[in-house]
Amino acid sequence: MRKNLYIIEFNSYYRKILFVRFGNGNLFSLTPGQRGYRIRPKETQMNELVLLGDEAVALGALHAGLSAAYGYPGTPSTEIIEYLKRVLGSSARPVVSWCANEKTAYEGALGTSFVGRRALVTMKHVGLNVASDPFVNSALVQLGGGLVVAVADDPGMHSSQDEQDSRFYADFARVPCFEPADHQEAYRMTREAFDLSERLHVPVVLKMVTRLAHSRGIVKPEEPRGENPVERITETNRWILTPANARVNWERLLDLQKTIIDYTAGSEFNSLELSPDVTEYGVITTGLGRNYYLENLPDLPRKPSLLHIGVYPVPDRLIKELFSRVKGVYIFEEGYPFIERRLAGVFGTPVPVWGKLSGHVPRSGELTPDAVRKALGLPERKTKQGPPIALPGRPPQLCKGCPHGDTFLAMKEALSGFTERIVTSDIGCYALGAMPPYRIPETVVCMGASIGMAKGASEAGFYPVLATIGDSTFFHSGVTPLIDAVSADTDMTVVIMDNGAVAMTGGQETVLPVGSIENLVMGLGVPREHVRVLTPLPKHFAENVAAFREEIAHHGLSVIIMRRECLETLKRKKKGEKE
Amino acid sequence: MKYDIVCAGGGGQGVLSVAALVAYAAMREGLSVRQSEVHGMAQRGGAVMSFLRLSDTGIASDLIPRGYGDMILSMEPMESLRYLDYLNPDGVIVTASEPVVNIPDYPDLETLLAAVRSVPGSHVVDTQRLARECGFSRAANVVLVGAASRFLPLSEEGLENGVRSFFSAKGQEVVAGNLSALRTGRTGGGR
Repeated sequence: MRKNLYIIEFNSYYRKILFVRFGNGNLFSLTPGQRGYRIRPKETQMNELVLLGDEAVALGALHAGLSAAYGYPGTPSTEIIEYLKRVLGSSARPVVSWCANEKTAYEGALGTSFVGRRALVTMKHVGLNVASDPFVNSALVQLGGGLVVAVADDPGMHSSQDEQDSRFYADFARVPCFEPADHQEAYRMTREAFDLSERLHVPVVLKMVTRLAHSRGIVKPEEPRGENPVERITETNRWILTPANARVNWERLLDLQKTIIDYTAGSEFNSLELSPDVTEYGVITTGLGRNYYLENLPDLPRKPSLLHIGVYPVPDRLIKELFSRVKGVYIFEEGYPFIERRLAGVFGTPVPVWGKLSGHVPRSGELTPDAVRKALGLPERKTKQGPPIALPGRPPQLCKGCPHGDTFLAMKEALSGFTERIVTSDIGCYALGAMPPYRIPETVVCMGASIGMAKGASEAGFYPVLATIGDSTFFHSGVTPLIDAVSADTDMTVVIMDNGAVAMTGGQETVLPVGSIENLVMGLGVPREHVRVLTPLPKHFAENVAAFREEIAHHGLSVIIMRRECLETLKRKKKGEKE
Repeated sequence: MKYDIVCAGGGGQGVLSVAALVAYAAMREGLSVRQSEVHGMAQRGGAVMSFLRLSDTGIASDLIPRGYGDMILSMEPMESLRYLDYLNPDGVIVTASEPVVNIPDYPDLETLLAAVRSVPGSHVVDTQRLARECGFSRAANVVLVGAASRFLPLSEEGLENGVRSFFSAKGQEVVAGNLSALRTGRTGGGR
């Protein structure tokens, strides 16, 4: 025992001694048999907390005895790891870090699980596309410590290229999926997901959506537990997915499906509330669909039966029971018509189903209480009448003085001599340069696509071709296509717009420090004389234009690094220093 | 009891901070709250909007249904008109008068303010002037909250205690300044 004075923290909510605080500020869990780690006192002393949905997930993971959290910034999932970093401060455990991309993050978590400890992986919905290789295959191994994949979908594409529904991934991988409808469920389901993952030895998906991730609500925490001890996997044939083993593991996973359905059929998160007398119709809701339905329920003449699904795979017997009692079914899902699509199948439904596929609910975009209201046939509410004045929009744009602006102006000038050009681009703040006044980027498809696309366009015979990509996106998935371009010495110019931050998502730190990129690029084999590091500032305009012209004229691979710190990150740093 | 507020304004004006302050005061009075925000790409636009729902029972939806909102609380005059669809016909608008002009086609200010005043239940507050007058020019947003407090289902004492706690970490002077701003908004917030 250290010589420091120690004070026992009596937690009034749990009415027992749960934590010991040492004089140096460390707070340790006394849950028997577990080794504790530091938890900030605030989280244990309040009965109720107001948290973002994302933060509720983070707290749930923390209280579930998390050992590691890995992810890549992606709206609307970013706040999960940000909360953990904030709450844990300089605590060494659990490990919380941003990774190069979602695949490497997931693989880190697999390592955590392999030694018996619990890991959380966080990402936005398209991030699961990147992590899908380890994700799908991890369902075939025998997980040690629980592994929860918190994926945040973006219905309505508030900040994304698509609105893909992550429930399909869980179904594809044959693993369970939780879908919280509110903040308390986000907290509790995360905890339950870890327990379930450990019992079944498969990863478990937690599907969040923007509206819940970014809304603040009340969470009542429950008794936390500590980390698992380190205990490595010994049956390694379960982890060596050569065909002979993989076939056995696959049969095992298929056998497991019955256990999973038994679990979801008995779960409190799937509930069938039967109406004693309303038979005209029943309602199925998933996720936030329940909230929007309940918002309108007071205006319905009578209360119909309600089946709410919060954990998948869906136990079909609950669906059959609802259908057997009604003459029609409304279905309100936030996301794709995932359940709705299965209902009709090949043979159709015994009674009509009113949802996205029938056109009663909008087939795309975020679900709203108004869409549900309309589908239910309730009258529209009157609204305040507005004055006859035009309200111009405020389209998204680069911040004033952003370094990307200077880069685009230099590029524009350098390209002005060409009648045609192609500039591919990527995911990040610089994509906003596609709009006036710059209009430089011409493609934005997915992380890292700029470089590969530029190579393809150039090799198909087009000239000149440039690719614009940010520093974080470059580390994420720009390095591998650059290897291809080096290998072919493609006639193209890669412009790495290095603002030293993962800016669009809120300025998280990049995985490698500023200054690493040029060595990395030269290490891959791009000749030193065609790797330029420039500063995008008005006073360097002429010099930058000249450099662009030279590298575009070079009929081989060039890399130009335009380096100046993001203004918002700089502002935040200065503010942090002051406080 | 329920009270639904659409908070609006330009980026960087503190829309989310205002929403957080009201939410915090409401929670201290034992109300349920839900506050939704916009992050990421949606934030790169010049406009910020947050739904703030207060209730003494449960709250189902984070989104306020059309025609169900009770107040539009806006830090910017043009933004105060953008979400009228969410306001019930008897709802109120409490807006600051100072514009954020970061687009080329921003309407003429006098025309705009006249349009806002023509909406029944609107209250235009010169928050910048009132904040300067009470000696705490940085607290324009709290002046706005003070003006809104005349309609909010929060007790005067509750809101003041909320302000005290919310700013407590910044020291007594800041707390006093913000309390003064709150009171100024409550009594001085006009048309």
